[in-house]
Amino acid sequence: MDLSAINPVLLIASLMVAATAVMIAAIGELIVERAGVLNLGVEGMMITGAICGFAVAVQTGSPTAGFIAAAAGGAALSMLFAFLTQFALANQVASGLALTLFGLGLSALLGQGYQGIKPPSTPRLDIPVLSDLPWVGRIVFGHDLMVYFGLALVAATWAFLKYARAGLVLRAVGENHDAAHALGYKVVRIRVLAIAFGGAMAGLGGAYISLVRVPQWTEGMTAGIGWIALALVVFASWKPWRVLLGAYLFGGVTVLQLNLQAAGIAIPVEYLSMSPYIITIVVLVIMSADKSRAPASLGRIFHATH
Amino acid sequence: MKLTKRALMTGAAMALGLAATGPALAQDKTKVGFVYVGPVGDGGWTYEHDKGRQAVEEHFGDKVETVFVESVPEGPDSERVMTQMALDGADLIFTTSFGYMDPTINVAKKFPDVKFEHATGYKTADNVSVYSARFYEGRAVQGTIAGHMTESNVIGYIGSYPIPEVIRGINSAYIHAKKVNPDVQFKIVWAFTWFDPAKEADAAKVLIEQGADVILQHTDSTAPQAAAQEAGNVITFGQASDMAEYGPKPRVSSIIDNWAPYYIARTQAVMDGTWTSTNTWDGIGPGMVGIGEISDAVPAEVKAEALALKDALASGEYHAFTGPLKKQDGSDWLAEGETADDGTLAGMNFYVEGIEGDIPQ
Repeated sequence: MDLSAINPVLLIASLMVAATAVMIAAIGELIVERAGVLNLGVEGMMITGAICGFAVAVQTGSPTAGFIAAAAGGAALSMLFAFLTQFALANQVASGLALTLFGLGLSALLGQGYQGIKPPSTPRLDIPVLSDLPWVGRIVFGHDLMVYFGLALVAATWAFLKYARAGLVLRAVGENHDAAHALGYKVVRIRVLAIAFGGAMAGLGGAYISLVRVPQWTEGMTAGIGWIALALVVFASWKPWRVLLGAYLFGGVTVLQLNLQAAGIAIPVEYLSMSPYIITIVVLVIMSADKSRAPASLGRIFHATH
Repeated sequence: MKLTKRALMTGAAMALGLAATGPALAQDKTKVGFVYVGPVGDGGWTYEHDKGRQAVEEHFGDKVETVFVESVPEGPDSERVMTQMALDGADLIFTTSFGYMDPTINVAKKFPDVKFEHATGYKTADNVSVYSARFYEGRAVQGTIAGHMTESNVIGYIGSYPIPEVIRGINSAYIHAKKVNPDVQFKIVWAFTWFDPAKEADAAKVLIEQGADVILQHTDSTAPQAAAQEAGNVITFGQASDMAEYGPKPRVSSIIDNWAPYYIARTQAVMDGTWTSTNTWDGIGPGMVGIGEISDAVPAEVKAEALALKDALASGEYHAFTGPLKKQDGSDWLAEGETADDGTLAGMNFYVEGIEGDIPQ
């Protein structure tokens, strides 16, 4: 056993990277679900975003353009879901699953010819002096911009839901769409916008995997992260800060268990491997023991009859 | 999840196909099914099996029809996929991952007229053959190069599952790295997955952070190659497929699985009615295991030594597990000059002396 082989600074820095993709996607889904829509297509939108972002970043040489394309790709795919559920009034669970299947296939098709290519590297923030500080420099000032974007997104989502008028309307639509409709709010329009936002964030999360975390394109490379994001929203009781906590726990324990294995710690590997899932679930379940509950209209179909 | 959809889609497609062409036409062709553990575009293990499938199509043309289902999880799901394939009229089914072993045997019992071929397992039946490649011969060549090339003397190894096939590879690489560099140390991380690029990349990064400057992988995607490239001064080896796109560095060589000749021969046997249950385990010599081009990042004398070892393994004059060798606990395994028998190798569940850590049980 040799704990000194683990560098805590690098550990914290890499847990932030490991958590970012799932966090961004989960925040997108959180907004969708707060608007009363259950979109199970996160995995499909993530992988579509991963290939859209990768392809555009490779073609233009600009990671920024890649991330924008990823958001656009994810949002475009989510519009299919929006059309099915908001206008054709299809079942949301079935439509969401279909979206995941479609996204996986579509991304494999789009990804032909992009295997084994190295994407332009996403630069790390490098502030003179600050980034060179011991400890803090690498952890606080040494990341790519998407890590900060993820953190800002959590804060902005929290403030939006809590303080903004539009956030209140969004929540009203999610809690009781008939009442919101009676008050004159455009339920369908608000939900479509929420779905588009969710798609864009899932796309960004996917691109973060293909452009920063791995970085390469491989078919099926999200390997279930979209489903983790979905679960995270539920276990976080639809609260943004808990999504952040859950994502960091999940990312943190994932990286930590690999570190412990490499350092030869004498804990059976099976326990280490399941630890990210168990710890994340246990912590978030304990925290959700308060009165938090799902948005009341979650997953219900809205049809304006008058 | 992925499986369910692929299975459903394939099932639907097959149903459509049958409805359109009618059963009479289907009988003229030999139908060969393939069950894959990852996507065909993984760039590694499944990619090479699918190249074998394409070679079968090319070789037999109209006389054969192939079907495949990708990303099938090991376990009960795979049983459903195999059953579906057999019901849809497959004459020969290749199941290409260790974890399909029991499902293959179960399904084979229900379809005595269908021939099954299971890769890397050890359970056979009247209509089930097993086949595998002696990847450990390739690992010996990798270990030699790795032992010479490492400067930190730390070699990182990403394992998938603690099964004999993977443990053989670790032991073989370690023995040969140690032979050329007595100070070498192996850090082993178990990913408990065959294919998860993000996790494989994380594992590679962790090993690099902990001082490894050579990464060996026994998982299927190219993600560790990309992570090593990103990190800089680290070398890797292509796994299952050449992964040449990551050369000349980090990828300095590779183990290439070549299934095409075997798949063609077995399909031919089914057509001729000469198929019998066999146990095939071929290495570098017969060409089932290939060693990818050793790049210029490797010094000439190291390259020459590696190639000499490869030739010795191919001709059979040298065995990758030749004594004196001890097990990890210090007990004797092979005496001076003794070589390991296939039975021990097939069920290998111990590390050789010098490797630190325990094999997850």
